[in-house]
Amino acid sequence: MQSDTDLLLRQILTDVLGLKVGQAEGFTSDTGLFGHLPELDSMAVAGLLTEMEDRLGIIIEDDEIDGELLESYGSLLAFAEAKRAAS
Amino acid sequence: MTPLSWPCPLPGGGSTQEYALAFDRGRRCRLLIVPALFDEANRMRRFTVEVMRRLDAAGVDCFLPDLPGSNESLQSLEMQTPKSWIAAMEDAATHFGATHALGIRGGAMLTPGSLPTWHYAPANGASILRQMMRSRILASREAGITETRESLLETGLRDGLTLSGHRLGAEFLRQFQTLTPLAAPILHEITQGTVGGSGLWLRAEPDESREQADALAAILAIGVKA
Repeated sequence: MQSDTDLLLRQILTDVLGLKVGQAEGFTSDTGLFGHLPELDSMAVAGLLTEMEDRLGIIIEDDEIDGELLESYGSLLAFAEAKRAAS
Repeated sequence: MTPLSWPCPLPGGGSTQEYALAFDRGRRCRLLIVPALFDEANRMRRFTVEVMRRLDAAGVDCFLPDLPGSNESLQSLEMQTPKSWIAAMEDAATHFGATHALGIRGGAMLTPGSLPTWHYAPANGASILRQMMRSRILASREAGITETRESLLETGLRDGLTLSGHRLGAEFLRQFQTLTPLAAPILHEITQGTVGGSGLWLRAEPDESREQADALAAILAIGVKA
């Protein structure tokens, strides 16, 4: 079953990247993000993380952000779920 | 739609000409629009003008002045402060004979205090700054340079700081970090939930939405004519 975090994260990606309706529902944990979605540059990453903080109620430290975090949808979701569990 | 210029006060005294987009047919309801700030301004500009076209069709005059140091302005952004921007918007309101004001996102922190006002999805200085700092830290890291929020702010408050290509002066940063949407005698907040869909300022690339422009223009047209 999809977690609440999963649903919220797909919606956030849709809003930030301007994805078509339904596109984010097709993401699997292996779907590549950084380097695979042309819209996702450092400015967009900053916007994405800030929006995640606001809507998921988490704080993301700058030193937690690395290449692996945004490698795939699965890695970003695992990070978000761990952050929410800890907060 | 007409491009106009208007006399804008300079931070050190004197004045200069700044640019504005206007729909002016000498009508009773005249709305001054304070644009979103920095990168959000680029992402929201087409949407803002689409809202203006609809307001014009609904019988409302509207004016979109440049903030000095942004868009077409020839002034140095580094010389500006939030206070000088507020003074500029007050002068623009007087010059255009505005009867109402709208602040979009960060523009809500700069709306003239004397007019009935709408704030669309207002943002405060701290949250805008947080995102711009993060963007700079990430870009620097890609270039192999380690920066922290604390060190950037310390440098910025002493020497000014370039964030996302915007050169901000020390005094600008000092005022901006605690800036919040301005009060007005009659103030209405329009949330994104009321407009519907997701906010266009979030988008990584500039986008548009006919439905959102229709909704915001309708809320404003009904409000200013009430």
